[in-house]
Amino acid sequence: MLIGARLENFRAGARWWLVSLPARVATLTVAFLAVVGGVIFVVAHYLLGGPPTVDFTAASSGQVNMTMQSDASSNPAVVPDHPTWVSYFIKSPATGAWVHTTLFQVPAHTRINVTILGYDGSTPVRNQVWGQVSGTIGDIARYGKIPVRTVNGWNGPFLIQHTFAIPSLNLSVPVEAGPATCTTGPCTNNAHSTTTFSFVTPAQPGAYRWQCFVPCGLSFLLGNGGPMQTIGYMTGNMQVVS
Amino acid sequence: MAIDIQPDRAEAPGGRGPGAPRPARAWWLRPAIHTGIIGAVLGYFLGHWLGNYIASGYTQVVNSGQNDFAIILGYVLGTVGWLAGLGVFNDLGRQIAGRPVHAAEEAQAASSGLARYFRYSLDHKVVGIQYLVGMIGYFLTGGLLAMAIRTELLSPSYHVFSSATYTAIVGEHGTMMMMMMSSIILGPLGNYLVPLMIGSKRMAFPRIEALSFWLTPAAYIVLLSGLMFGGFPFGWTGYAPLSVQATQGADAYAVAFGLMGLSLILLGFNLIVTIICYRAPGMRWSRIPIFVWAIMTTSFLMVLAAPVLVGAMYMLITDRTVQTAFFTDSLGGSSYLWQNLFWFFGHPEVYILALPGFGIVCEILPVFCRKPLFGYRVAAAGMVGVTLLSFFVWQHHLFDSGINPDMRPVFMLTTELISIPTGFIFLVGLGTFWKAKIRFTVPMLFALGFYFNFLIGGISGVFLSDVPADTTEHGTFFVMAHFHYTIMGGLIFAFMGGLYYWLPKIMGIRLNQTLGKIQFWTMFVFFNSTFLPLFAVGMAGQPRRVYTYARSLETLNDWVSISSFLLGVSILIFLANFVYSTVITRVREEGNPWRSRGLEWQVASPPPPGNFARVPVVLSGPYEYGVPDAPPVADLDPPLGVLSNADASVVAEGAEA
Amino acid sequence: MAATEAAVSADAQRREPNHGLRIFLIWLPVALAADLIIWFVWGPHMPPGDMSSSASGQQFDINVMAVMAAPVMAFILIYAGYALVVWRHREGDEEDGPPIHGNTRIAATWIGVTAALVLGLFVFGTVQLVVPAGAGSGEGNTPIWKPSGGTPLQVQVIGQQWRWTYRYPQFGGFESTSLVLPVGENVQFNVTSLDVIHSFWAYQLGVKADANPGINNVAYTKPEHTGQVQVRCAELCGLWHADMTTLGQVVSTSAFKAWAASSRVQLAALTRNLPPYALTYDPNSVAQLGKAFRQAGLSGAGGQYYGSQYPVQP
Repeated sequence: MLIGARLENFRAGARWWLVSLPARVATLTVAFLAVVGGVIFVVAHYLLGGPPTVDFTAASSGQVNMTMQSDASSNPAVVPDHPTWVSYFIKSPATGAWVHTTLFQVPAHTRINVTILGYDGSTPVRNQVWGQVSGTIGDIARYGKIPVRTVNGWNGPFLIQHTFAIPSLNLSVPVEAGPATCTTGPCTNNAHSTTTFSFVTPAQPGAYRWQCFVPCGLSFLLGNGGPMQTIGYMTGNMQVVS
Repeated sequence: MAIDIQPDRAEAPGGRGPGAPRPARAWWLRPAIHTGIIGAVLGYFLGHWLGNYIASGYTQVVNSGQNDFAIILGYVLGTVGWLAGLGVFNDLGRQIAGRPVHAAEEAQAASSGLARYFRYSLDHKVVGIQYLVGMIGYFLTGGLLAMAIRTELLSPSYHVFSSATYTAIVGEHGTMMMMMMSSIILGPLGNYLVPLMIGSKRMAFPRIEALSFWLTPAAYIVLLSGLMFGGFPFGWTGYAPLSVQATQGADAYAVAFGLMGLSLILLGFNLIVTIICYRAPGMRWSRIPIFVWAIMTTSFLMVLAAPVLVGAMYMLITDRTVQTAFFTDSLGGSSYLWQNLFWFFGHPEVYILALPGFGIVCEILPVFCRKPLFGYRVAAAGMVGVTLLSFFVWQHHLFDSGINPDMRPVFMLTTELISIPTGFIFLVGLGTFWKAKIRFTVPMLFALGFYFNFLIGGISGVFLSDVPADTTEHGTFFVMAHFHYTIMGGLIFAFMGGLYYWLPKIMGIRLNQTLGKIQFWTMFVFFNSTFLPLFAVGMAGQPRRVYTYARSLETLNDWVSISSFLLGVSILIFLANFVYSTVITRVREEGNPWRSRGLEWQVASPPPPGNFARVPVVLSGPYEYGVPDAPPVADLDPPLGVLSNADASVVAEGAEA
Repeated sequence: MAATEAAVSADAQRREPNHGLRIFLIWLPVALAADLIIWFVWGPHMPPGDMSSSASGQQFDINVMAVMAAPVMAFILIYAGYALVVWRHREGDEEDGPPIHGNTRIAATWIGVTAALVLGLFVFGTVQLVVPAGAGSGEGNTPIWKPSGGTPLQVQVIGQQWRWTYRYPQFGGFESTSLVLPVGENVQFNVTSLDVIHSFWAYQLGVKADANPGINNVAYTKPEHTGQVQVRCAELCGLWHADMTTLGQVVSTSAFKAWAASSRVQLAALTRNLPPYALTYDPNSVAQLGKAFRQAGLSGAGGQYYGSQYPVQP
């Protein structure tokens, strides 16, 4: 009877503050908790997420071998977000599986031997400065077995598909263009190019960003959008731990 | 008559007379937020489907993996659906169909109850409170984003967020604040108080006023949805070509800002017409409260500047979708076009943010000094001067951009000149203090805080207007400190002061004064300890919008971050006070607790529907404190025929709906 | 009776202190002290330092403005503080204050003084901008305030997402990621971008010039001391805006010449690959595009950077 009367009041839009004090406090508390819950959800889901970090710090031989591949586009089953974007993959040292990430962790003051399998075709670099190998051991990189120092990405004889550059270490290596493009990354059986180089990680721990300098973001203005600006595709972080 | 109206016939069985009230339907059947949400969802899916249908085969869509057409059409049709669900177009539809519009009865039926605050209400007081709650919500959201920014800046080497997320958060914070806070005073206090202050029973265009409010939740949701898409990496300034290059979050930015620009235009337009045309008899220009002067000048800024913003956003959208090249230099466009269009709006925008604060402070000061406002004409002239000059200074944001070097001394001159009318506010304030009887109530404390903060903000603006000095200061935390001092230290402090001052009028309850004083002191101390060091941080070389910085600046940044968390706590104290006082304790505050002479204080708190029983005749200005034998501010019950040639029914009932 | 009353009120009037004089007497020493501290103690350490002509010019400008601002701020704060103490409401006094609506003389004085200050600052700022060859700020592609004394050292600053490169046309046009400058010589920075808007900010040199795509933005300075130069990007340009930094060097003239010569040799192979030195580089018509480009199917007509089916192509 009382509840019916209250409902009638409510339906008629009666003055809500005649609702009792405990009811008001309860409603406020519920609303407050809902807002806090919403904020935590947004932060956890949208702000703190990100691709996984491949950990190379367990290497015991004093050197780290890292294998990556670059693909023209990815298999939507493996990469549900933006499968049409060019992307790097990193091979996990523990499991040997290809992980869709550009974040990796290495020990400080260690030699890193990098092998990049290139499954993408050529895109010319905009600024030819990035066709020069710098910051590696011996200042060279190898395309297959051939050592290269300066690559003309516009005219050849070697063509470039991407670069791997860590600007704060002055490391920049152009990655050779593959003989064909593979569009269902991560790829294993297709024809590809092989670029190898080595560098030494610095003593100071921290996050060192790395990026590609070839504007390969197709259908973005001047090629620099999309995968070029999204961590997990063509740019990422090298975390150096002591 | 071209329109054939079929009135209901009283004689027909079951019919009603033409003037009889319509039967009230149940609340869930009348259009309100719930139908608006349904409309929004339907509209969004329709737009998204349409965009996919049109564009999913385009090369640029296939390769980039994002369909900007679908997103933008989804947002736009979603907004249309939201408005349609709220019933915004119902009256328009009725007039097109030639059917009677029952606005008066609707207003009567909706004069009580909580439900009217969730509807498309034509009562300006309801819209004012809707705006108030909305603006507080948007401000708190922007504030949370600011807390996230300062958390990231605690350390230059340990990163809580990735660089992309941090840049997105910075953009969301800036855009949320700059977009939403443009209306933080005009929306709630302007809409609520202007008719009361000028002696009017209503606003000129109630439907436009309500529409301007209901666009804001749409803009807010659209902007936040950008976070779901990874945000946008270009801050609130949206410089092209980065904004053309960016991924989907940029669409959210462009649509949200465009919607908010529309809301600004409508809000300002309604206020201007109301102030010019709906003043009560005797309310001469020399008697309108200075707050109304501020509202009117700000409204002119909104109406004249916001269209440029909407145009710029539209160009950005076409650049991103249909491959126009307005902002692409290599194809005949220019990156300078965006900068100039944006800042042509952007500079009046910051005066849209500053002027209402001036108005509130000039309104509060005479009441708590018990003296007339010193130099009323100077204050009004200052506001008009700022409004005029603010259209001539925008290139000071572009001093280092490579604009024609001849223009820089010109804009340095205009920027220096605008500090003259801006300084009038200090003349007026200091003059009002002279031999006054100053009471340190909570609103007065906030007004004093305004003066302190705006002094620092204004002087730092002079440093920025000097082109050689600006070479080091531009794009650094110095600029950030400057505009936070003027906008947050100015506008937000004034907003808080205005809220404490006018809430007894608006809701008939008083906010807890002890909590108010605690809030003021914590907010003032922590605001200054947060933003004062940022001048030094900027001059020491830290650019804006960076997630990492030189190690030598870590201590300063940590101090600033901790202060900002405490500042956030003080805002929470405000929220707690607001909610506690309005929902839990509800201490009634009748009459005129501040003994103000303002016309709005001469009616009941909260004011009755229609504000005044009869349109008052204004007899003197609102600042005549200390004047012996000053006439009362207005005659609220004027005899009919008091003005020759006045239509008695007009005086009795106010202007026709 | 009337005489006593008149005497009492005259007494009261005489006892009413001269507030204006009191405020002035409090303000004067504070303003003087502040100005002296700012000019002599703080001034020599004021950012951005004095490593170059434009930096020391800016340091001087900021000092002058601070010296002018301090008395203004002191006046307003002292007046307000005085008012809040002396004219606060006393318990039990329910009267209103005196009905002063305005004072034309005071208002006119205020407007006159602020206008004079502001216009003086304008003249000062213009002189300080024009005389030191643009004060280190970007003057666009038709600079009108240039340093005297022949052609300055040309350094082209190329901004791209997200690294600065520097090209030295007077030394064969080699392009390097290092910024090295000789002390005591005028330097002309030609700043341009390859993609979005960046901003070249050499902090210790007091130089800031936006890098716009397709536009050449010229800024001048003259380094006066050797040392390190922090170069940062001052316009949000995307993901790694915060990391777009260079640690530049100002060295002696001989060290600079040696570095330029050795870089020229070291980078000779690379320089052959670069397009000829130009003030701007259009990304959509890249010279020397060769057969491989067309082979890869990425070229539209006329050697465009992307084929015509990609966006933003004519």
